[in-house]
Amino acid sequence: MKEKQKIIEISGLSVTFEQYDPHSPRRVNLPVISDLNVSVHAGEIVAVVGSSGSGKSLLAHAIFDLLPANAKVGGNIYYLGEEMRRERIRELRGREIALIPQGTGALNPLMKTGRQITNGRKDDACVGEMRNLMRQYGLPRNVEKKYPFELSGGMARRVLLLTALMSHPKLIVADEPTPGMEESLAGQVLADFRNYADQGNGVLLITHDLRAALGVADRIAVFYAGTTLEEAAASDFDRENLLRHPYTRALWRAMPEHGFAVVSGSQPYVKDLPEGCPFGPRCPDKSPACAGEIPVRSVRGGRVRCVCPGEEEKRGEPDGM
Amino acid sequence: MAEEAANVIRFLLKKMLKAAVLLAGVSILAFALVSLSPIDPVRANTGTTAYLRMSPEKRAQMDSYWGKELPAAERYLNWAADFVRGDMGMSQKYNRPVAEVISEKAGNSLALMGTAWVCSGILGFILGAVAGCFRDRRPDKVIRGGALLLAATPSFWLALLLIMVFSVWLRWLPFGMNIPIGVSHSEVGIADRIAHLILPALTLSLTKTADITLHTRQKMLDIMESDYVLFARARGERGSRIVRRHALRNILLPAITLQFSSVSRIFGGSVLVEQVFSYPGLGQAAVDAGLGSDVSLLLAITVFSALLVFTGNLIADLLYGIADPQIRRGRSHG
Repeated sequence: MKEKQKIIEISGLSVTFEQYDPHSPRRVNLPVISDLNVSVHAGEIVAVVGSSGSGKSLLAHAIFDLLPANAKVGGNIYYLGEEMRRERIRELRGREIALIPQGTGALNPLMKTGRQITNGRKDDACVGEMRNLMRQYGLPRNVEKKYPFELSGGMARRVLLLTALMSHPKLIVADEPTPGMEESLAGQVLADFRNYADQGNGVLLITHDLRAALGVADRIAVFYAGTTLEEAAASDFDRENLLRHPYTRALWRAMPEHGFAVVSGSQPYVKDLPEGCPFGPRCPDKSPACAGEIPVRSVRGGRVRCVCPGEEEKRGEPDGM
Repeated sequence: MAEEAANVIRFLLKKMLKAAVLLAGVSILAFALVSLSPIDPVRANTGTTAYLRMSPEKRAQMDSYWGKELPAAERYLNWAADFVRGDMGMSQKYNRPVAEVISEKAGNSLALMGTAWVCSGILGFILGAVAGCFRDRRPDKVIRGGALLLAATPSFWLALLLIMVFSVWLRWLPFGMNIPIGVSHSEVGIADRIAHLILPALTLSLTKTADITLHTRQKMLDIMESDYVLFARARGERGSRIVRRHALRNILLPAITLQFSSVSRIFGGSVLVEQVFSYPGLGQAAVDAGLGSDVSLLLAITVFSALLVFTGNLIADLLYGIADPQIRRGRSHG
């Protein structure tokens, strides 16, 4: 496959919150995201999959420069190969990059839906396009005259989706776009992302739902405790042995069709991150090297942050945990 | 449509019933407090020397004039029966019908409170909104600092300060009253009346402005950090457009509530300010009536002010119904 153009490349992203510690006069730094890497090529859907509390939404906020003032951002974000600095992000957002936010509280409670979808434009072309999209997504015509509190949760999410589609962006960053929707509708939304990506655009799908992501995404970035542990092709999830990181393999085994195996322990809070690999304390293959610096390596076409990434054939024990 | 009308009528009936209960409660409470007051109205109003020199017949006459021989409950019921019929009685202190005293004093007070209410509302809203938009930057620091300073300043002290600066040192404005001394009411022009109004209105406005500024600023901060403003930024909307399209729209509702609920506080503040400036308004009359056991006048003022505050809140409710789609549409949706 020919290397397609990278729409967005996030490399070594870190987000740190500066906070006042109630127990000490000094400020403490809370590293919520560290050394995160993910990229989206033209025609691609990349899903960032992680459990809640892993900092996924902050990734979206970092891309759109929406983090609060006490957040420090490090690393680089490239858009079409060009480094995105703050001013550039402000030019691009809403035009070439669009966000579908997680909560329906993103809709202004005192503004009618139609004006929010068109972002205030009233010309016929824009309104016509909105009505087309509304029909396509099963939103009744009168929704445009309604206020957000009059919409159901599923409708409000579709409205958020439409706000993104209206701006014809090159990249859509969708933060949990489907919860609250009926399954058929959620399927339609994901199918539309597919369709949208196939036209040469990119979609960064942020979700906790690995199964839904696997159904539509080309690549999966596994997100854990503020960083990406593995970037794998969606097809790598066909077999456990194709996966590289022990955590990804644990996720795979936790899927219903693979036996629902639950790994013990829980994701560490950013304040008590272990040295080295954040998954170390829960990892079945932990070794002393895991406490040191963990390099990102390319293995079998994917990338993994592990000192002893899983071999394709060596380890296949069905229940090692 | 018919259902809508029925809803409105039900709403109004409910409010009127509430108002009636409120007024009855407030007047009973005020009456009870005056009856329990240790002040002897005859002594208080004639002066101790005159009282001691009085003949027993004169004293009996005075006692009956001030209504001391009837039991309290009966006096209250007499008063209430007359009041409901529209007869507010005589003010014993001013020796004029209460209605006349009130209408004169209320005119003065309403000019003072109205000016302060409008000025503090507009100024407070603008300053608060600006401070909220410029969070932690210079305009915010200046506005917030000033507002905190003013809010912490007792209004009587501020009044004295203003009198000292503008009346005593600069001699720009009169130090008190509502008309120049030694001039009869009919000869006083509008310019003179305004000149007398400025300092009391300024005192009252300044403290209220500080209040409203701080409240509005806080609301503005909440809104500027809300998810919908964040999303507007994600969609490429910028500064002034966000403020116009999102923030102002959402800050208006709390501002309306704040402004109309501040009627009661303006009224309370005016009592103090009228005292300091010897401004002949309702507040001063209320203090006179209370200290002199002028029951009819005191009750009338109490009822009048309760009605004023009630109306303020009622207007806030009504405006909310118009301005907030959640209430407006929620009602018609059932």
